Amino acid sequence: MLLYFAFVLGIGATLRRYVHTSEDFFLSGRSIPAWVTGLAFISANLGAQEVIGMGASGAKYGIATSHFYWVGAIPAMIFLGLFMMPFYYGSRARSVPEYLRLRFDEKTRAVNAVSFAVMTVFSSGISLYAMGKLLNLLLGWSFDASILVAACVVLVYIFLGGLTSAIYNEVLQFFLIVLGFAPLVLLGLRAVGGWPGLSARLAEHATARGFAAGAYTRSWAFMGHAAANPVGVEWFGLVMGLGFVLSFGYWCTDFLVVQRAMAANSMTAARRTPLIAAVPKMLFPFLVIVPGMLALVVSPTSGVRNAGPAAAATITSTTATNLPQPPPTSAPASGVVPPKLDRRTGAPLHDAAGRVVLDYDLATPMLLVTFFPAGLLGLGLTALLASFMSGMAGNVTAFNTVWTYDLYQSYLRRAAPDSHYLAMGRYATIVGVVISIAAAYVAASFNNIMDFLQLVFAFVNAPLFATFALGMFWKRATGHGAFAGLLAGTLAAAAHHGLSLPVGATVGVKGGYLGSLTTYPSELAQTFWTAIVAWTACFVVTILVSLVTRPRAPDDLPGLVWGLTPKPTDPTLRWYQRPAALAVLVLAFTLALNLVFF
Amino acid sequence: MTLDIRLPLGAFFALLGALLTAYGAATLGEPATAPTGVPIDLVWGAVLLAFGFGLLALVRRGR
Repeated sequence: MLLYFAFVLGIGATLRRYVHTSEDFFLSGRSIPAWVTGLAFISANLGAQEVIGMGASGAKYGIATSHFYWVGAIPAMIFLGLFMMPFYYGSRARSVPEYLRLRFDEKTRAVNAVSFAVMTVFSSGISLYAMGKLLNLLLGWSFDASILVAACVVLVYIFLGGLTSAIYNEVLQFFLIVLGFAPLVLLGLRAVGGWPGLSARLAEHATARGFAAGAYTRSWAFMGHAAANPVGVEWFGLVMGLGFVLSFGYWCTDFLVVQRAMAANSMTAARRTPLIAAVPKMLFPFLVIVPGMLALVVSPTSGVRNAGPAAAATITSTTATNLPQPPPTSAPASGVVPPKLDRRTGAPLHDAAGRVVLDYDLATPMLLVTFFPAGLLGLGLTALLASFMSGMAGNVTAFNTVWTYDLYQSYLRRAAPDSHYLAMGRYATIVGVVISIAAAYVAASFNNIMDFLQLVFAFVNAPLFATFALGMFWKRATGHGAFAGLLAGTLAAAAHHGLSLPVGATVGVKGGYLGSLTTYPSELAQTFWTAIVAWTACFVVTILVSLVTRPRAPDDLPGLVWGLTPKPTDPTLRWYQRPAALAVLVLAFTLALNLVFF
Repeated sequence: MTLDIRLPLGAFFALLGALLTAYGAATLGEPATAPTGVPIDLVWGAVLLAFGFGLLALVRRGR
């Protein structure tokens, strides 16, 4: 771990020599090769939510969690590379909100810049919170000291090297996470008798919960009806809500990931960035979801440590000693996943049916503790730490760019010299980290922060994708239409959320505050439908308002709208190096994976 | 950008692999070091070492 910190800070110090202008700091001088930006592209998203959250979902929903990749992320990344990147890169916009200003107007950009800035520091705070917990657990430091040290390390390396430093460290983090988690999957599968053994054990778990035997190991077979699968959603809600709206909304409009592609050294490299990223991304379910599935069925004594309740208490505790030991778990089929404990009494929580509630967030960490001997445990925990830092650094670099270009330069000080904006970017990094620390303490006070974050995406990113789709592919779309559509989309999301509730939830942050018109089998199903409603409202209102307001002249729109922009060509590349060929290949493999696990 | 990222990456993983291999060799046969019968510190240390040297070899070839 010391080696890792030395490397991370060393990279920042080395790269400081290359940062002279604000474009160097924010967009890496647009000089990075495609394979580096490609790995940074997925690594920026490889934060606490991905590694811990996907493991948790693997334990909770089984292989159906892979829909986040094989229906959601991969098609969206292909669409970004083929159709949207030419506008982002070609328009010379420095950020996603800046593209909105060029295409629409100032007010549309301001709405996006503010909502995005709030989202980034909030996400960054969650990563910081997870990182603080890990350092607290490993080194026994107080939670406050752990958060401060983690924040300082991220601050120093971004402060020194800007986006390039963040990108280079993200590449290291990518390899660290892959090489740190691969042996976990191999050992876990070995312990349960390979995939057939895992399927057999999960079949018992599925039938005990009232599902068909294959409900945890087949991704499509039980999607005909919401009640037949653990996710609680049917195929239409899944494909539209997750596959289309949420995934395209996130991957195609979220500046955090798009910024990595914009740092590429050519238009072709920028287009290839998400396509290259899609190759490892489609295999990630095996790395991050399968550990969660394994954690649910491995025997606590099958590794090098007995991952019984005592180990769970150590990991759950924020000060290592302040929680009483939980009673032994009474759920026979929970593997090494511990019960969720009441933070005040230390007793396991039970749901409305009287069953023990499992702490799925600890599925992957508990599997690490069970299987890794001392040496490899250091690597595994460093990989976890790397994922948190990667998530935080990604958000902070996106925040400093949007703040400096889209808020400060646009509304506070327009015509300052470049050196002033470079300095402002560095100050914004400090401020972003300080707000993240505050957000980390807010995160610590929630127990369902991940559900909440998904919901924020449904409110913010889902309508935004409708705005982008119309802006890029319909020249008649106007600034007034986009602005009204965004507001209508977010209001429609709030109305849908306020009128619906997941089964068993209480009125409040999980919905129902405007009355309970309908209920959903799970939070995820409710989120998918909230996203569909938000997207549809934005799409319809943008079209209606655009039709009654004056469009911009077509002469103003080349480089911004499909049909008025020359198609990018790559005459110097061999056929297999071209983005379209890469896209077909990636799509074919993704289809094959869907069929294999159907 | 003149810093080839494969150089620091290769050095990092080679060093990490060497440390893990040495630790795995020193603790070989001790209790709680071989989950499912595999001396994983030693085995994975060798994998990391090979990966690190592989990257360094690519840097050398590219010069």
